[in-house]
Amino acid sequence: MECVFGMVGKEFAVVVADSSAVHSILVHKSNEDKIMLLDSHKLMGASGEPGDRAQFTEYVQKNVALYHFRNGIPLTTAASANFTRGELATALRKNPYSVNIVLAGYDKGSGPSLYFIDYIATLHKVDKAAFGYGSYFSLAMMDRHYRKDMSVEEAIELVDKCIIEIRSRLVVAPPNFVIKIVDKDGAREYAWRESVKDAPSVA
Amino acid sequence: MARYDRAITVFSPDGHLFQVEYALEAVRKGNAAVGVRGTDTVVLGVEKKSTVKLQDSRSVRKIVNLDDHIALACAGLKADARVLINKARIECQSHRLTVEDPVTVEYITRYIAGLQQKYTQSGGVRPFGLSTLIVGFDPYTDVPSLYQTDPSGTFSAWKANATGRNSNSMREFLEKNYKETSGQETIKLAIRALLEVVESGGKNIEVAVMTKEHGLRQLDEAEIDAVVAEIEAEKAAAEAAKKAPARES
Repeated sequence: MECVFGMVGKEFAVVVADSSAVHSILVHKSNEDKIMLLDSHKLMGASGEPGDRAQFTEYVQKNVALYHFRNGIPLTTAASANFTRGELATALRKNPYSVNIVLAGYDKGSGPSLYFIDYIATLHKVDKAAFGYGSYFSLAMMDRHYRKDMSVEEAIELVDKCIIEIRSRLVVAPPNFVIKIVDKDGAREYAWRESVKDAPSVA
Repeated sequence: MARYDRAITVFSPDGHLFQVEYALEAVRKGNAAVGVRGTDTVVLGVEKKSTVKLQDSRSVRKIVNLDDHIALACAGLKADARVLINKARIECQSHRLTVEDPVTVEYITRYIAGLQQKYTQSGGVRPFGLSTLIVGFDPYTDVPSLYQTDPSGTFSAWKANATGRNSNSMREFLEKNYKETSGQETIKLAIRALLEVVESGGKNIEVAVMTKEHGLRQLDEAEIDAVVAEIEAEKAAAEAAKKAPARES
């Protein structure tokens, strides 16, 4: 089951997602990147229908880029979260997207922020968020250990605690996770947590 | 003749579309614009009309980004330009969304030219009154390009070209002085062409440089003034050299 979660730290936000692409009982690949870079300072981690996930996040990404070209300045995180929610809401009673989104961004004035956007277009600005069966474990872990203004090391320690919890307690736990971080220097991949690597090809 | 110039959809007996030709007139009255293609750089330069004192010049950007790797300058009706630029920007993102690849310079030029042509063959509309100079680098091949479109919807690639006011003099200058250049030399050539028809000085010219690594960079007034000073010095030196031998004989 797909796991996406994230939290806000001191002057940064982190988003974590599992990297299994699953179809019924088959795992297509274990290194699927489900966290999209919306622009230089925004991360959008998504879980749900694989087709919708790719299609919808790419659509948001291109619209964020278009805004930047039209207006000469990038969208704020809050504005892109509201845009995303608006698109989900408009499609909801016609052709709903089955995507749950954790949106993280860093704005020069207001610092880091995190948004919880679910598939029926709920929007909440939060300090920590999680989706999927893994959320039962990661939210509980974050509720217990999260503090405001954690450093990157403390936050990653908490992220690892959540991943261990998901791996040990969830019956169909995804083996690999990707961690991405966004701060004043931009959005980037931070690390992978892999417990299953693809077998190296025979020479 | 007057009967054949009211509607765009009407040919004249001698094969003219007068509305398109009148649109070209509008272009000829617009500000001067020049584009030069180098081996690793493409430069766009535009004339800035005499400074309107109270206007905030930052809100009047004449050289615009269509995408990270494509820029456009135009001569003619600026309001028409806004519409074309907006549609082109949407097309750049739409192309990225559907085929997961950035547009090539030729593709977006063909798209803009196609739009301009559409408005020469519809009822109740008039053509766009502008010619555009489009520059950029093709993705993956890194080939620099310069294209021009006009109100009739034709487009072609150029090594260097000018449009707008006094474009003929600028084009003549470029034909005489064009050679393969790169980097700073390309910038100098573009500014030299502009200076043929524009009062010299950084505050009368807007120049933007596009490279593969850095994308579009607008030169600030100080930089332009520095290049202009270099050009004037070279001109003065050439004049002096011409006079000196004559005196000796």
